[in-house]
Amino acid sequence: MKYSLQFIAILCLSLLVSCADQRTHSQAIFMLVDTSGTYSQELDKAQRIVSYLLGTLKSGDTLAVARVKSRSFTEKDILAKATFVKDPMQVNTQKRAFIEKLGTFKAELKKGSAYTDITGGVIQAAEFLNETEAGQKTILIFSDMQEELDYKTVRDFPINLKGMRIIALNVTKLTTDNVDPRRYLGRLEWWEKRARTAGATDWQVVNDLEHLERIFKGRG
Amino acid sequence: MDNFIIWPTNPAVSIFLIIVIAIPVLYGARPAMHNLLRAVFRSISNPLRLGSHWLFKAAEELHRRNKMVLLARGRSEISQGIVKEFDRVTNLVQRDLHGYPALQRKLMDEITRIEEEFKKCGEVPPPPPEWTKAVAAIAKIKPSGDGLVEKILDDIRNSIDKIYDKVVAEYRKSYEQRHNILKGFLPFWRSVDQTLNRVDKNLTGLTDSAAKIDEQMEKYAQINANTEKAEHTLASSATILFVISLLVMLIAAGGAFVNFWLIERPMEAMVGGSEYIYGNLQASYLAAMVIIFFETLMGLFLMESLGYTHLFPLNGINNKMRRWMVLISFTILLVLAGVEVALAVMRDLIVAADVALKQELASGTIAKVAVNTWALNIPKAAQMILGFTLPFALAFVAIPLEYLIHSGRSVFGVLLVLSIRVLGFATRFLSSLARQVGKGIEHLYDAVIFLPLIIERLLVNRGLSAIGKKSDNSGMRAFSKRAAGEHIL
Repeated sequence: MKYSLQFIAILCLSLLVSCADQRTHSQAIFMLVDTSGTYSQELDKAQRIVSYLLGTLKSGDTLAVARVKSRSFTEKDILAKATFVKDPMQVNTQKRAFIEKLGTFKAELKKGSAYTDITGGVIQAAEFLNETEAGQKTILIFSDMQEELDYKTVRDFPINLKGMRIIALNVTKLTTDNVDPRRYLGRLEWWEKRARTAGATDWQVVNDLEHLERIFKGRG
Repeated sequence: MDNFIIWPTNPAVSIFLIIVIAIPVLYGARPAMHNLLRAVFRSISNPLRLGSHWLFKAAEELHRRNKMVLLARGRSEISQGIVKEFDRVTNLVQRDLHGYPALQRKLMDEITRIEEEFKKCGEVPPPPPEWTKAVAAIAKIKPSGDGLVEKILDDIRNSIDKIYDKVVAEYRKSYEQRHNILKGFLPFWRSVDQTLNRVDKNLTGLTDSAAKIDEQMEKYAQINANTEKAEHTLASSATILFVISLLVMLIAAGGAFVNFWLIERPMEAMVGGSEYIYGNLQASYLAAMVIIFFETLMGLFLMESLGYTHLFPLNGINNKMRRWMVLISFTILLVLAGVEVALAVMRDLIVAADVALKQELASGTIAKVAVNTWALNIPKAAQMILGFTLPFALAFVAIPLEYLIHSGRSVFGVLLVLSIRVLGFATRFLSSLARQVGKGIEHLYDAVIFLPLIIERLLVNRGLSAIGKKSDNSGMRAFSKRAAGEHIL
């Protein structure tokens, strides 16, 4: 009798909550890869990060990788994107295709862009992530965080990053940073302020790529 | 506090003045304050006392009900035991003693036959004929040397020797025949011995059953007499049974847990790993749990229909329906076990694919497929075996579950009674504490206004001595004592 009641209760529960929002548990990650100037040489590291992400993401999660170049607010710069399906075998196929696309891009990349439009990439990432309606939205910025825009590009306006985590990865020090470290620290501070003002829930800088699990710690 | 300072430059004097003003006021308000304090603390103590009384009564009532349930359960168990013993006796009687008349007839026949044969053994060959006496008389004649007589005697001797040889041969033959008859007895003796042994064994079995029935009947009588001994015995056996059932259930829960992790991963592939039912409860977890619950449920029905458990009132269904229930629940259980085997295989495939992908991602090259050796198939086979056997093992949970439910009622009843009694004791303690605190505060109040109280006592004593001089009336003394706050009984 006890088991029948349990079973009925579970059935009722499953019927009741079957309409619940399933997306709140999924996560979406948008990774921006800086391909400007000398930073384009860091692509191997970026690929390692993507491999790590592919290893941790599950069914229902979304991953997109886009490049940051002179003007980055465009879908054309999205190198690969995938929302993983239910079937784990198909998920594996999706992941293989994803890493293959990135490999092709890396092989085809001849030289870096002249400017670095990080803000444009971030806006594009926010647009994309909001469309996924995932429970946890993360923007990974694989860059030295040195934004350089041409005179026609306008990016000095408030942006909306509400409900998103921003993680800057592999923020390398420029030659000028070595001369005056305050430039580096000031740059990071400026970006943090901008992210938080835009409504980002979290801001992190991760330079130790050996411990990527720290990015997603606490996620079930 | 500062508002009460009369002389701000000298707080000590201010406090002294306050005390001087307050003490007469407090003395004047003493009876009213005492009454107030009594009322306040009684309003705390009395409800607590009432609550305690109610709790103790409730505990008594619960104890009585527990006892009733315990005895009823014990009575039912012993009745079942007695019925089982009687069934055993009936079977024994039907199986073994049913053919007892035939057995007895056979035994009698064999005994009669042995008797007849024995009689035959007693038949001796006829004695030597009467003429032997005449021959013996002639043999006594002394030899006289007469040739004729000598010849006659020789003839007689020869005749006698011949006859003697013949008689001896006949005797020997006769004894041989008797020995043969006695030899023929052996199978009959053995048969009789075996028959008697069987009868003895049956009767011993009957005696044992009778002893068991006697024992059960004694317990039954004790239960019917509502004796403390019976109650204690039943409570103790219920506790032991509860603990054992709980242990077995925990072991079964461990099995269910292993089973859950065995099927959770492939269920994720079937229902989707990203689907959540409620909070962090994944749909795949629920699906795996539903399968395990189904298996347990089918096991429960199987055990119930086989008659091992009596959790449901299935007395109304006939044997045919019971057989159908057995068949259906067993078939579903078998199908679920098959499903688990398939899921185990699927799990193995998923895990292998995941490992391969992770290797690829780490190395950047396509991982080599592991060589398919028999050793690599062992984990898969183990998972399949586990997947197939665990559902059937879970089916047996029904038996400890039944005992857990039945004994749990008694054990929880006892624990509940104990908790209520502890609560009752705590309430009574608090009630008593509240009353004593009230009295303590009254005494503290009196201690604060000790000076006017001493003066009052002195005045009362002086008044008493004056009255005592006037009259030696004891009633008046008693009145005075009462006025001084003493009780006269």
